[in-house]
Amino acid sequence: MTSLSAVERLDIYRWMYRTRRFDEVMVSMFKQGRGLGTCFSARGHEAVSIGAGWGLQPEDFAAPMHRNVGMFMLRGLPPDQLYSNYLGRANGTTRGRDANLHGNGDLSHNLIGFISHIPQSLPVALGTAMSFRYRRQPQAALTVCGDGGSTAGVFHETLNMAVLYMAPLVVVLENNQYAYSTPVAEHTAVSELHLKARAYDMPSQVVDGNDVLEVFEAVSAALARARAGEGPSLVEARTMRMLGHAIHDGAEYVPGELLAHWEARDPVVRFRRWLQDNDGVGPDVLQELERTETDLIDQAFAAAEASPFPDPDTVEAGVYAD
Amino acid sequence: MPTDSRAGNNRRITYLEALAEALDQEMARDPDVLVLGEDIGGEFGGAFKATKGLWQKYGEDRVINTPMAELGFTGMATGMALAGLRPVIEMQFADFISTAFDAIVQYAASTHYIWQGAVPWTIRAPADGGTSSGPFHSQNPEAWFAHVPGLKVICPGTPADVKGLLTSAIRDNNPVIFFESKTLYRSLRGPVPPGEHLVPIGKARQARPGADLTIITYGAMLQSALAAAEELAGEDIEAAVLDLRTVKPLDTDQILESVKATGKALIVHAANRMMGCGAEVAALIAEECFEYLDAPVRRLGGLDTPVPFSPPLEQAYRPDADRIAAAARDLDAW
Ligand SMILES: Cc1ncc(C[n+]2csc(CCOP(=O)(O)OP(=O)(O)O)c2C)c(N)n1
Ligand SMILES: [Mg+2]
Repeated sequence: MTSLSAVERLDIYRWMYRTRRFDEVMVSMFKQGRGLGTCFSARGHEAVSIGAGWGLQPEDFAAPMHRNVGMFMLRGLPPDQLYSNYLGRANGTTRGRDANLHGNGDLSHNLIGFISHIPQSLPVALGTAMSFRYRRQPQAALTVCGDGGSTAGVFHETLNMAVLYMAPLVVVLENNQYAYSTPVAEHTAVSELHLKARAYDMPSQVVDGNDVLEVFEAVSAALARARAGEGPSLVEARTMRMLGHAIHDGAEYVPGELLAHWEARDPVVRFRRWLQDNDGVGPDVLQELERTETDLIDQAFAAAEASPFPDPDTVEAGVYAD
Repeated sequence: MPTDSRAGNNRRITYLEALAEALDQEMARDPDVLVLGEDIGGEFGGAFKATKGLWQKYGEDRVINTPMAELGFTGMATGMALAGLRPVIEMQFADFISTAFDAIVQYAASTHYIWQGAVPWTIRAPADGGTSSGPFHSQNPEAWFAHVPGLKVICPGTPADVKGLLTSAIRDNNPVIFFESKTLYRSLRGPVPPGEHLVPIGKARQARPGADLTIITYGAMLQSALAAAEELAGEDIEAAVLDLRTVKPLDTDQILESVKATGKALIVHAANRMMGCGAEVAALIAEECFEYLDAPVRRLGGLDTPVPFSPPLEQAYRPDADRIAAAARDLDAW
């Protein structure tokens, strides 16, 4: 049984539902040609983003990646600001300088921006963890890495150093079965991805990435260990990328049976049912919540679409810090 | 001369001692400053001993010995810097900086522009050749980084500038790459103020006045240019020597001012000439003071080859005082 209260669990559902709606509106708008550039659907990743992010304290650092819209919102970035970033508007997090969830860093939320070069955020997250160690602050840093990211050299450099320095770092390995068109079995010969951590004597475990409570329990325990000075860990969350890699990608290469398998385990639907069965949350409560979130997201997109583009005179602003 | 007489302003110390002094003074001044790199921990003090004594003085939390993983530890330093620390990264040799390229030119360089995250680290990179160290321990890769918006790139040529510019680099709120000439580490001595000493980033310095032509240079070639100018003075050719000190941002004002005054420009660097920083300086002069020129702009740099190992080959590769003087004579006679 979980350490969360029923009120918190319902709140978790709210954030998962918000994440789902954000994604659905985003996908639909991009398909209608109302997007800009590209976008990466987070459908199926709601339990990882919210479950992992739920264990964070405001003073911790977080370095999410391109499918962790839920974690970005949970960390304090409002949906209209995020949509504005997708649409290249002046009030997006990056003021029109980067696209979709890339570059959504904000030090006032201890949030580290994500860059395209995967997984370059990993050592950066380690550095924020090292800052806690250096300053003797009992906090942790959390970062997310894809299954594809786990094949890059810097993944291994980061894990090695994290253990060497006993850094308060938690790596969530979001195994969504694919790196773009390449299934896991074709990009890595290691069958259990979390075992890569063991090569560096880093504790690791696997969780069902579509079970938000299981993700929360594992990640929050790892964060607590990190904050207590017991070193880094890795949590592999197994999930499925339900849509293509990016909006242009129909993902015809994904077998239908695989999608059906995961569709039956949809993390949002599943947790909704869990709340009904275990917390006795009534359908009226859930429907009301869903209506509120739907409105909030619709309004956020409308606000972003109505926001002005950046002034071209500002193009050179901010290359350097003062 | 004593190496560290603490005797005020006429004290002369080596380029390497000036560097170590800047590190020590900045670590003493600001607890957010820390150093990290390969083999810098414990008694060892790094491949060139630039950090010797710091571990004993400041402890292992502030002198972090790293594994041989430049990409990982440079990225880690970026995270530390985003969290408000001021890491000084020692690349064991500048040649290995390419291993950390993504962390530098993609992540650290773009972060402030994209999301206003300041990255106040400094990379110290022992560069330069002329010492028969072969293709992978002799490079001057400043042009790779001068091309990248968001970075600052410094190439000091004197002990005083090493101290003053490293101090400024550590206090700067941007990622700074500091290319040291390891050729000069122990061979060059000069006066260095013992106390706090800051040299502004982005400001050139007229190292020698002269009316007939301007030699524009930086790093180890400053000494060769000064030797050439001395030789030329005996032939009644007065060459001004402008030491850029910083290649990014470039001190365009001083470059143009000097070339407008002399009407002739010779640009010299030890890095290979092709697409080197001198090309940008030449283009600047052509665009901004064409009508002042009495001769075409000339450039001297390394050959377009890897830096060769064997002494006759490396001498053929690298500019020196004689070649600078010869090019200046040609330019003077134009
Ligand atoms: C260094 C690098 N190479 C290539 C790409 C292009 N790319 C973007 S995402 C991606 C696949 C990433 O897979 P994974 O890490 O599993 O994350 P996922 O997209 O599945 O969430 C690729 C190849 C990139 N962003 N960075
Ligand atoms: Mg993947």
